[in-house]
Amino acid sequence: MKKIKTFPLGGIHPNKYKLTADSPIIDAGLPEYVYIPIKQHIGAPAKITVQKGDKVKVGTLLADSDGIISADIHSSVSGEVTSLEPIEGEFGYYEDCITIKVEGDEFEKEIDTSPELITEIPEADIIAQRIRESGIVGMGGAGFPTPVKTTVPPNRKARILIVNGIECEPFLTADGRLMIEKAEEIIIGAKILNKLLNIQNAIIAIDENKPEAIEIMQRLSKRYVGVNVQVCATKYPQGGEKQLIKAITGKEVPSGKLPIDIGCIVQNVATVFAVYEAVQKKKPLFERIITISGDECKHPANYRVRIGTPANYLIEKAGGASEEVAQIIYGGPMMGSSIINTQAPVTKLTGGILLLSDSLSHKKEEQNCIRCSKCAEVCPMGLQPYLIGKLVKEDMFEEVKDCHALDCIECGCCAYTCPANIPLLDYCKLAKSELKRNR
Amino acid sequence: MLKISTAPHIHSPQTVSGIMKDVVIALIPAGLVAVLFFGLPALIIIATSVAGCVLLEYLAGRFWLKTENTTRDYSAVITGLLLAYNLPSSLPLPMVLAGCFMSIVVAKLCYGGLGKNIFNPALVGRVFLFISFPVEMTRWPVPQFMNFLNIDAQTGATPLGILKHLDAAETTLIQSNSLLPEYWKMFVGYTGGCIGEVSSLALLLGFGYLLWKKIISWHIPFYYIGTVFIISGITWLFTHDIRFEPLTHILSGGLMLGAIFMATDYTTSPMSLNGKIFFAICCGILTVVIRFFSGYPEGVSFAILIMNAFVPLIDRYFTPRRFGVKK
Repeated sequence: MKKIKTFPLGGIHPNKYKLTADSPIIDAGLPEYVYIPIKQHIGAPAKITVQKGDKVKVGTLLADSDGIISADIHSSVSGEVTSLEPIEGEFGYYEDCITIKVEGDEFEKEIDTSPELITEIPEADIIAQRIRESGIVGMGGAGFPTPVKTTVPPNRKARILIVNGIECEPFLTADGRLMIEKAEEIIIGAKILNKLLNIQNAIIAIDENKPEAIEIMQRLSKRYVGVNVQVCATKYPQGGEKQLIKAITGKEVPSGKLPIDIGCIVQNVATVFAVYEAVQKKKPLFERIITISGDECKHPANYRVRIGTPANYLIEKAGGASEEVAQIIYGGPMMGSSIINTQAPVTKLTGGILLLSDSLSHKKEEQNCIRCSKCAEVCPMGLQPYLIGKLVKEDMFEEVKDCHALDCIECGCCAYTCPANIPLLDYCKLAKSELKRNR
Repeated sequence: MLKISTAPHIHSPQTVSGIMKDVVIALIPAGLVAVLFFGLPALIIIATSVAGCVLLEYLAGRFWLKTENTTRDYSAVITGLLLAYNLPSSLPLPMVLAGCFMSIVVAKLCYGGLGKNIFNPALVGRVFLFISFPVEMTRWPVPQFMNFLNIDAQTGATPLGILKHLDAAETTLIQSNSLLPEYWKMFVGYTGGCIGEVSSLALLLGFGYLLWKKIISWHIPFYYIGTVFIISGITWLFTHDIRFEPLTHILSGGLMLGAIFMATDYTTSPMSLNGKIFFAICCGILTVVIRFFSGYPEGVSFAILIMNAFVPLIDRYFTPRRFGVKK
């Protein structure tokens, strides 16, 4: 086996809590209504193309991308559009949304629903068109529209595609299961992206604590030229784009630059699988794999979920939320957000729903900084979170500039580690938004 | 009823009071050795100092600063232990309490409490006593194994004190070696000195515990002790002067205690790794300079306090290497 790689600076080893690593993906079924937000990505919200009362099928275009940085939105169910009114989102804010009453489960006719593997890869322009028409966005959580990310700027050259199979957030296992169950599809997805980017080199990065996925991927990738597997150490935030590039290539993305500036393109495995389905099966992005877990979850599992399914439908499937549940998290426990409205739908970016107990998620009172320097030791970007926190508290935003807070990747290692319970990540985020505002 | 909070939603099990408790545990072996060699008087000093520090912090917080009780974080216990470990076992108890007052009230709470003080509180207390009561602070009871009552203990000199007062003529004589205790005695702590500083063995045990629990890194103690060893070693090689004999310099005096437990104090040491190394080397150089050239036989407390004052400056110039930036 090749050497296990990792990033050298900082990082933490939180408890893994991978309760669902061996649970096969199960279909979550269809809720009564789905609520599909028209903005599930970075950039402009899509423009609604349907009207109230329209009959839609699975895969029908509901909203068209508006401008270059935007993404199409498709229906995830068949039924009738009952409302175009905004609904209350997961954080209590109203969001523009398309409500569909589910009737049956009829797919658009061009979608290939057979389980057959298609290895024949079409030409690059067809690939680009299908990715664009399928509304694919970065499914690791960032939500950057994939067509934009796979368009290399004219003065840059892509040299390597890194498929990000690192799932370093505790609890989450959706990507890990996808790699076990859809390994070959992901490899072909990587080949498709390689063809689109006109490069010959793709590396699938998997962290060490997924032996089954590593074994399957290594075995299958031997059949495909230019696709290799690299095992990375189990360390948080190994899945961070910059940390992953450093581990794989040994190169650091310079401060303020993008991965493409050093010839790298990183795509999450779920995104690569969506690319395979879009290009080979003409299937737009209308479902994804979601881990429902948490220390207060009765039946943790990995579900294949239609976009727009309300969270409480899934929570009921997983055994319901008992009195003991103190927080419900969208995403992982390190970077996810706690939600207040369980009626809110899951989106293309939801990798997990966690039901956490108070004892696990309780925030303790902030104490004096004892200058232990642990926050600086664990910061994967080499920042000094204690200093950023101190300056933000004093409103000294001019000085924060010299702390390079904009480099912060918001991984939360500092706040996780701080023995004095100082919410360092909050201070860093505040510093970033202030700096961006005044730029 | 759902709660909401910002990410991250999980937290490492390490807490401030947990860290402080671990330091207290790491200090226990040195205290046991002290009681073994200096008897009950050492235990009484330790108890007085710890009780004094905790009580003063409690009272000051309650009646003067009107803050909530801060003694639960165990930091006052550490200050009390370290202060006691830096005192001779024959020191009168009122002086111990005066030291507690300087440490807790002046050096710690006046600056804003835990995490805000510039100077190591225990060392401020010790240096205050050392300058105010030079006679009592340099009267060293001779260690007696398992003689717990040890009331009328004879006094003797510390190894460093012996070296300081050697005649120029004696310094190159091999026989002078016989004036010093054997190395093993200095290593286990069977020599004169402050309560907690005599046993390098016990202090190294505590060091091992702190490393195992990942409370401190090895850098400051290693570079501090290493610097003292190398400078005195080189001087010794060239002069063959017993006063510079390097093993005596690292095994005796407060070097081990200072390097492991006081130079590594989070609050009063630099934040970055390079800063820590620079700080430790400077502490080493200052210690040697004070031991060789000043009127005092020992320089660890002064060296660390002087370097404490430079910590903000060191933090400014030694920053961590940032990701994606070439130096």
